[in-house]
Amino acid sequence: MNTALMPVKEPMEMPAPAETPNRVAAPAVTQIAPKLCVRKLLAVPLAAAIAIGIHLAVRKNDPEPDTTSYVIFLGGVLGLAVLLNLIQIFSCALRRWMAHMCPIIAAAIGLLFVWDVITSGFRLLPLPYFPSPASVLRNLLLDWELLFDSTWHSLVLLLSGYVLGALIGVITGICIGWFRQARYWGMPVLKIIGPIPATAWIPLAMVISPKAIFSAVGLVALAVWFPVTMLTMSGIANTRASYLDVARTLGAKPPFLIFRVAIPAAMPNIFIGLFMGLGTSFLTLIVAETVGVKSGLGWYVSWAQGWAEYAKVFAALVIMAAFFSTIMTLLFKLRDRVLVWQKGTIKW
Amino acid sequence: MEVSKHFPTPDDPAARTHALGGVSLSIAAGELVSLVGPSGCGKSTLLRLIAGLDSPQSGELWVGTEAITAPSAERGLVFQDPNLFPWLTVRRNIESGLVARGLLHAKRHEVDEFMRLVGLETFAKAYPHHLSGGMAQRVALARALINHPKVLLLDEPLGALDAFTRMKMQDEVLRLWEARGTTMLLVTHDIDEAIYMSDRIIIMTPRPGRIERTIEINLERPRQRNSSEFLRLRSDILELLHFAGQTTETASSC
Repeated sequence: MNTALMPVKEPMEMPAPAETPNRVAAPAVTQIAPKLCVRKLLAVPLAAAIAIGIHLAVRKNDPEPDTTSYVIFLGGVLGLAVLLNLIQIFSCALRRWMAHMCPIIAAAIGLLFVWDVITSGFRLLPLPYFPSPASVLRNLLLDWELLFDSTWHSLVLLLSGYVLGALIGVITGICIGWFRQARYWGMPVLKIIGPIPATAWIPLAMVISPKAIFSAVGLVALAVWFPVTMLTMSGIANTRASYLDVARTLGAKPPFLIFRVAIPAAMPNIFIGLFMGLGTSFLTLIVAETVGVKSGLGWYVSWAQGWAEYAKVFAALVIMAAFFSTIMTLLFKLRDRVLVWQKGTIKW
Repeated sequence: MEVSKHFPTPDDPAARTHALGGVSLSIAAGELVSLVGPSGCGKSTLLRLIAGLDSPQSGELWVGTEAITAPSAERGLVFQDPNLFPWLTVRRNIESGLVARGLLHAKRHEVDEFMRLVGLETFAKAYPHHLSGGMAQRVALARALINHPKVLLLDEPLGALDAFTRMKMQDEVLRLWEARGTTMLLVTHDIDEAIYMSDRIIIMTPRPGRIERTIEINLERPRQRNSSEFLRLRSDILELLHFAGQTTETASSC
């Protein structure tokens, strides 16, 4: 269930402590963006320069092609940071964004050179399990076609399973939450079948379905279905009675009560279910790809591991992080759009 | 047209409390009547019965020649909590009465009229959580009035407002009442409010809820809150309620 908690810890919503001095200098209300202090201005280029320096110092341990691409990459970061530092003089929006993002980006680069020191520098971690950042980058670039293909397969599988599961989940949730008969018959099924982790169905799914891809879609859908149904149901069932009373005295008939009162009132809950479902769907996707479907990022990781190519494993993990967090961010964007009426009142 | 309502009683099994015990009341069209009484006297229960949200254990309720069996757009209801739909803007909240009856296309022009009526044109796109208590209650009034209800039921609509906003809103409600001629039944805890606003005050007592006394208010509007008649009525009602309170206490201690 750890993954289920992920949406609650949205990193973007975390207050950045480094932002505080900025706020004090000029309140957010003013149109003129605060001037960036030198510390922030230099943070990213400095971190990139240090990373290059450290890498040049430790690179004797790395094979030649690895270090070239890594140096080019860090050089690119350095160049981009300098360029942005120049552009921000003219752009308020960019300056505000940089005031917010610079410390965290610098910290990320800091992690890179710590990693470099630990692996290439002092060989503190056993090879080949813990490759240097340079070799991970090299593998990412070398194998990009297969990685891209795997990501694409994962995306198709994830989206079809997620959309299917979420759709069915919302519909069953509404039915169980609203209709007494549906609740009587549906609740026991939900309570007994629902808590079984979707991955536990894998052996059965592989037997039932003619093609692995269908069983994988079904499993992801099942993983999404349970939390979405549960939360939708409770949202619908907990619609404030006075909203329904008001609607009735306005002349509302049952369709209005369901579609224009109960469902909008349950929307915040439905979104919690969608986020929980997204967490479980990532998990199920990777497991299903590892054991059943012979494509996708999950398959790639286990395939690379089979060849003891741990740099490729790490490369796939990097892609996965980017892939999943992008999807999570998109869901947050959708949430902000749909629940715009809660603006200023929600805290997650 | 006469609006008459007749309420004899929930004939409950012993275990239940008698929210209302034999109440009979009839209200003329266009009248503004207040229900006043201590909590637990069944004012709100009575209002919910008239709205059709609950049904009585026994007895009948009529609007004109029609028996009340279910909620209807003809009987608008405004609660103490405005209960605006928080996911809709002010304008969409006001429209929702038309949407509920499938009349939005035919009567869209009326929405602007009602927004003006309650003075909220500039807040059309605001969401309810941005509104003050008084503004939210004005939206709730407009939302209830857009269906042109024959009867508007007001369940302590101004109870949650501060004293000044409250007095302003009393005038506002009176203005709406005079402009539209809607029959209004107002539940309130506030004796001053009842005297200031209504044609008739119905004093209720609890356990079981019943009508203690009906007082006609024949003062000219706008009424003076500090006129001698006003103050006399006020002290009469206070005395009556105080007296009523004592009898119930003795009754329950027996």
